[in-house]
Amino acid sequence: MTASPAGRASSAPLMGRDAEPTLFEISVPGRHAYQLRTTDVPARPLAELVPTAHLAEAPVAIAEVSERDLVGHVTRLSHRQFSVDLGMYPLGSCTMKYNPKFCDAVAADPGLASVHPAAPAALTQGWLEVLVDLEERLCAITGMAAATLQPAAGAAGELTGLLLMRAYHESRGDVRRRVIIPDSAHGTNPASVTLGGYEVTTVPSNDRGLVDLEALRGVLGPDVAGIMLTNPNTLGLFEEEIVEIAAAVHEVGGLLYYDGANLNAILGVVRPGDMGFDIVHMNLHKTFATPHGGGGPGAGPVAVAAHLADFLPGPRAVREGAGFTWATPPRSIGRVHGWHGNALVLARALAYIHVHGAEGLTRVAQHAVLNANWLRRRLAAILPAAHDRMCMHECTLRATPLKDAYGVRALDVAKALLEEGFHAPTVYFPLIVDEALMFEPTETESPQTLEALAQAIERIAVRAATDPEGLHRAPQTTPVARVDEARAARHLVATADAPRP
Amino acid sequence: MADYLPHTPEEVATMLALVGVDSLEGLYAHVPSAVRLAGGLDLPAGVSEPDAAALVAGYGARNGARASELVCFAGAGAYDHEVPPVVRALAGRSEFVTAYTPYQPEVAQGVLQAIFEYQTLVARLAGLPIANASLYDGATALVEALNMAHGATGRSRMLVSSGVHPHWRAVARTFAAGTGHEVVEVPLVGGRTDWSGLDPEGVAAVVVAYPNYLGVLEDPAEAKALAESVGALLVVAGDPVAAGVLRSAGSWGADVFVGEGQPFGTALSFGGPYLGLFACAEDQVRRLPGRIVGETLDTEGRRAYVTTLRAREQDIRREKATSNVCTNQTLMAVTAAIQLGWLGTAGLREVATRCAQGAHYLFDELVGLEGVTPVTTEPFFREFALRLRRPAREVIARLAQEGILAGVALEALVGPGDRSIDAPEDVLLVAVTERRTRAEIDHYVAAMRGALQ
Repeated sequence: MTASPAGRASSAPLMGRDAEPTLFEISVPGRHAYQLRTTDVPARPLAELVPTAHLAEAPVAIAEVSERDLVGHVTRLSHRQFSVDLGMYPLGSCTMKYNPKFCDAVAADPGLASVHPAAPAALTQGWLEVLVDLEERLCAITGMAAATLQPAAGAAGELTGLLLMRAYHESRGDVRRRVIIPDSAHGTNPASVTLGGYEVTTVPSNDRGLVDLEALRGVLGPDVAGIMLTNPNTLGLFEEEIVEIAAAVHEVGGLLYYDGANLNAILGVVRPGDMGFDIVHMNLHKTFATPHGGGGPGAGPVAVAAHLADFLPGPRAVREGAGFTWATPPRSIGRVHGWHGNALVLARALAYIHVHGAEGLTRVAQHAVLNANWLRRRLAAILPAAHDRMCMHECTLRATPLKDAYGVRALDVAKALLEEGFHAPTVYFPLIVDEALMFEPTETESPQTLEALAQAIERIAVRAATDPEGLHRAPQTTPVARVDEARAARHLVATADAPRP
Repeated sequence: MADYLPHTPEEVATMLALVGVDSLEGLYAHVPSAVRLAGGLDLPAGVSEPDAAALVAGYGARNGARASELVCFAGAGAYDHEVPPVVRALAGRSEFVTAYTPYQPEVAQGVLQAIFEYQTLVARLAGLPIANASLYDGATALVEALNMAHGATGRSRMLVSSGVHPHWRAVARTFAAGTGHEVVEVPLVGGRTDWSGLDPEGVAAVVVAYPNYLGVLEDPAEAKALAESVGALLVVAGDPVAAGVLRSAGSWGADVFVGEGQPFGTALSFGGPYLGLFACAEDQVRRLPGRIVGETLDTEGRRAYVTTLRAREQDIRREKATSNVCTNQTLMAVTAAIQLGWLGTAGLREVATRCAQGAHYLFDELVGLEGVTPVTTEPFFREFALRLRRPAREVIARLAQEGILAGVALEALVGPGDRSIDAPEDVLLVAVTERRTRAEIDHYVAAMRGALQ
């Protein structure tokens, strides 16, 4: 469809090839970088201020480097790191879309970034307004009544949601024991269920990759607290029987929990509240483009239907007259964060929503789904889809033909893609798909970039036929080759001070 | 309407043709019409970045407590430390900012090595051999420590000093509803934990804050003795800046160290994103929550880093995982490593010392005022609590008019019935960092004198 594929993060070596010494290895006693204010505060010896029984005999060894050496060290580390800004990052289920610099600039505004979290409400009206504005918008997007912005990430949102579920049932004198999870769910779901004090009941998927409604009915009962569902699910497929699922769960008095990992697919098209969900968490670092930070910070607000609003964590920012104040819901489950949540992440998400508005967010979803479906069709001859029909924002493909013909596995394809200048897709997830490669291109990648990815996979398929051994050794042009994970686990070296094997 | 989509209308049409539908809406034909949203989202229309900039600038301008308006003497776990341009520039590099969890170590050595350096620094500050790759914040790090203690002992009773930050205790109570842990909040008497008269049965963890949230340097040896006598883990919640000069948690016999890492390079940020510090003893490593980075070799024998001991984690172990943590606070951990590199051994010591010097100077001046009495005579480090003859929130409002954020009103920090302090409405918690000058402190004292007259 396009004559000239887009640029990509490809060169040999792909990025910084030479090992970088650690901060401790470049340290030279007596060197330093820090500069502090002149304060004129009387410089009394520490031993006069604090009983010596509390003082360490020697200062903690940090490192001793010049500012220039620190800059060189960290910059070289950054050159050994792939990122969204560098190239396409189609890591399924993670929504690695472009993170607008504008939103970073909003978060850097000293009017927001310099504010102490315990300053009184009268002196933080702007921040409370940010929280209220965001909560109202997230509720409009999800079709819910109220939300907490405290959870710091998706998994924190899940656990918060489960505690809300528990508080709701207990308030009705209702003791329930189990939470149902599809076999395609993210691992955080069952882990959160355990921490929420419930047992996991797994419900299988049917041959269409969707929750098996009959099997679900078979495991439902009066001891079921609820179900956790991702929709579209982790295969990238929309749960078409959601209305029936919701009715069945509500029938036994259970609640529906919406895992918002895949919310990007449905913005402005269908809302969790309208599907019958009672509790919804969102991953602002996915859907609302706040940067993933190498593994956080994220933000995992939880929105609820009206009958659960009284249980939300507190305090919450609320409107009061023409201004804003804090209020704790009457039957609140309590705090789930040390302060008010990952506030600067929340501010970024609000800025993203301001820019997009209703129509812009809908276009985001539509183009995410368009890109995923185009990629699914474009790659069908090499990597067939696990379920060959319309997908949502991501497509789960299989490397089974390459494995059967040449012994080349999904992992080999993923590693070879790194050589080609692309981040790998998610591999071997969902667990129910053989040789799974889950691609989530996101809406911000151009058709030219998608075509470049497709051509890279075509080259890998040719290599699979001609040089499968070479693919087992991939990647070779990256800062390091495949790493010995077993060795790392067998003899843990988690600090520079640990004894080496 | 604005967005960041690259597609031209012609490209959309070509792509739709390959997919086999004739419109973008057609991509959703299989979504039941009964649940589809008619009429679009009820949100304002989108605006361009320059237009949105005007909108969002108003938020910051309406925060009276921003640094350009008020000089910060508030602490309570969030401190106004120097973050130099070099740290902001390095930590803001988009390679770190726009990557995700290092699932592909061959192209993530930058983040992995930075985390490894961070783990090394946290372990040294804690005086313990192992640190993880970060947790959400200090409060949730405490919760993970309690879960670890439950795993280690099979018991569920948690003795938590009321000197632990009130919000952290509140978070521990919230999550105990799910785990079934019994969180026993041990009272403070005169600013110190009263460990006497506790039922030692079934105790999994003894938690002490060092210094405690009132600033007091308690003797962790008492908590250690109690933990040892009942076979429980000792968890020390520490101030990481103070840890630069104080005896380490490990040297007091802690099994787990938790802390709030915000002071290392992260702005006050209205409370987040912050950084949960977590370190532990060697024998607890298989129960560690979240990610941990280990050193290893690649197939060509070169040093390399990778996330390890993965069999503990939620994506492998599912409902039997040690924690549900996935996304954590990596960027803040990387930032902390860079900030500590900038400070170095001498700088951290200097910052900690100056905090203590400033705090003691201000304390001595304030307790000389009429209407001010110290809450306790116990030793403190960089923060202290004062009982005022007027309500603390009124004093804070008054000093704000003089350009000072006077501290944190305990009334706003502690919940009802808190066993750490009586009559919290009269108590002001004051913190001093290395950024506060003598002139600022003297101005504070003069303003306080006026406010109490």
